[in-house]
Amino acid sequence: MNAIVCIKQVPDTEAPVKVQGGQLALAGMPTMLNAFDEYAIEEALLLREKFGGKVTALCMGPAEAAEALKKALAMGADEAVLLSDPAFEGADPWATAYTLAAAIRKIGAYDIVLLGKQSTDGTSASVGPAVARFLGLPALTYVFKVREADFNGLKITVERLLEGRREVVAGRLPAVVAVVKDINQPRYPTLLGIRKASKAVIPTWGAADLAAAGANAAGFGRAGAPSVVAAVDYPPPRAGKVELLPGATPEEQAALLADRLLGLKVL
Amino acid sequence: MTIQTHNPQEYQGIWVWVEQEGGRAHPVAWELLGQGRKIADALGAPLAAVVMGAGVAGLAQEAISYGADTAYLADDATLEPFRLEPYAALLVRLVREHKPAVLLLGATTRGRDLSAAAAADLETGLAADCTGLSVEPGTGKVHFVRPAMGGSVLLTIITANQRPQIGSIRPRVFELPAATAGRTGQIVPVAAALAAADIPTQVLEVLREEGGVNLTAAKVIVAGGRGVGGPDGFKPLQELADLLGGAVGASRSAVDQGWIAYPHQVGQTGVTVRPDLYIAAGISGAIQHAAGMRGSRYIVAINKDAEAPIFSFADLGIVGDLKAIIPALTQALRSKM
Repeated sequence: MNAIVCIKQVPDTEAPVKVQGGQLALAGMPTMLNAFDEYAIEEALLLREKFGGKVTALCMGPAEAAEALKKALAMGADEAVLLSDPAFEGADPWATAYTLAAAIRKIGAYDIVLLGKQSTDGTSASVGPAVARFLGLPALTYVFKVREADFNGLKITVERLLEGRREVVAGRLPAVVAVVKDINQPRYPTLLGIRKASKAVIPTWGAADLAAAGANAAGFGRAGAPSVVAAVDYPPPRAGKVELLPGATPEEQAALLADRLLGLKVL
Repeated sequence: MTIQTHNPQEYQGIWVWVEQEGGRAHPVAWELLGQGRKIADALGAPLAAVVMGAGVAGLAQEAISYGADTAYLADDATLEPFRLEPYAALLVRLVREHKPAVLLLGATTRGRDLSAAAAADLETGLAADCTGLSVEPGTGKVHFVRPAMGGSVLLTIITANQRPQIGSIRPRVFELPAATAGRTGQIVPVAAALAAADIPTQVLEVLREEGGVNLTAAKVIVAGGRGVGGPDGFKPLQELADLLGGAVGASRSAVDQGWIAYPHQVGQTGVTVRPDLYIAAGISGAIQHAAGMRGSRYIVAINKDAEAPIFSFADLGIVGDLKAIIPALTQALRSKM
């Protein structure tokens, strides 16, 4: 069982976001491993514990994004690959998926590709299905349980968490599996793991490496991105200020609130 | 420079995908047809609906009553229930044949998968999970607006040269239009693109029991956080939600404590909701939670802590103990409704 886990280093979700000159000012923001990707890494490790094999973590980003890969290695991933090249900068979700798919092809032997359902910064939830299309694989998204996997018979059965329902789906392997939170409880890296990861030399692949493996460099980065971010704005503040309801007792407060809610005409 | 460059001049018209289940359309499809009609009229362009499923012929006529000039109708056993691969293959084939300039889908789990797959195949841009859009009258260029970074910013996304311009739009962004009975249009039957044997997935079962909450469709959400105190603390919230015909939401900390199941989680690592009324009980309102519910029309906050961040963006607030206020509110509403 060889698993490839696509991960992303994202701005810390607790950090304030700044806009400068109509674009996001990301430089200097503290970063973290995308929360959903931790679940994808954990799921890959659980599959390896059950079936044996290898887990490779794959990340596209600047040199600092190696931190995300080190965390994956510290959690127990066997190998890591960083995709970093000025030619990859400015990618939209299409170009990101195209580049990741090219790298997955170059890695070669894989039975399953895992990733988080979305990143906490871009939140497009489109990279998983797009990677699947570029690789010609089925996409199993919003997965919150792997019921059965058969890497000899090349079959997997998962539960998907959809609006108001769960769907049990059987799919062919290899497949791209995008996971939601709650599929597992991601492990903490061990001290030994952290020490090993800190010494790991992570190979970096650039545009030329992927092009040599058959990818079309016209699909990378800003040049390959069909969409652009034309403007970045702060959302308008919610109108008005909070109105605090008076009332000396919970009953009084509740009665006032009940009247206001009935007056809203939403009930 | 993209791999295959499109000529925008060759693309015309607005398309809307009509998501359906068991022959019933998701309301977002009609919301998008309503908005699509306005755009089509402003541009002098045609509006088409794409209906896929089995036994869904009635939906094609319904799409016309909601404003479509044309409805492409694929009625085939392989298209029920929804699976990404046969849907994407057919949608992509239809787009290549007919070249629409704009393709709109609801930002549901299905719509987000389908839009991403179609954009990948067609080599075009996708603006995902949008909360607004506008169209340049002269060029027909769509400015899609979507939140990012946990709702801290709004991005305007443009697909400048590739076509179609694809956007997935959240439910309840646009008004549900009124249907016009007897409105006429053209229904174009189309065949499925994939044979049954070529579809790599199979839906074995749909489970609707525990965890079957549908927060994205709820008009009223009563949500609890750390202040709820434990699993039993959610019972009064459920009673209030039941009375209001709503659903129960939760903050991440309540879910992480194991008090309530993950499908109830609202926020950056849960679901994003836009109900008419959001009652946040014992929720501090950290940015990760706010990310998932800021778009609610009316927010009521109940919290013991007058300094809780939730009071900085709620419309109405009560500083007090939810354990006393929620049951009293349920009782007061019951006597008045």
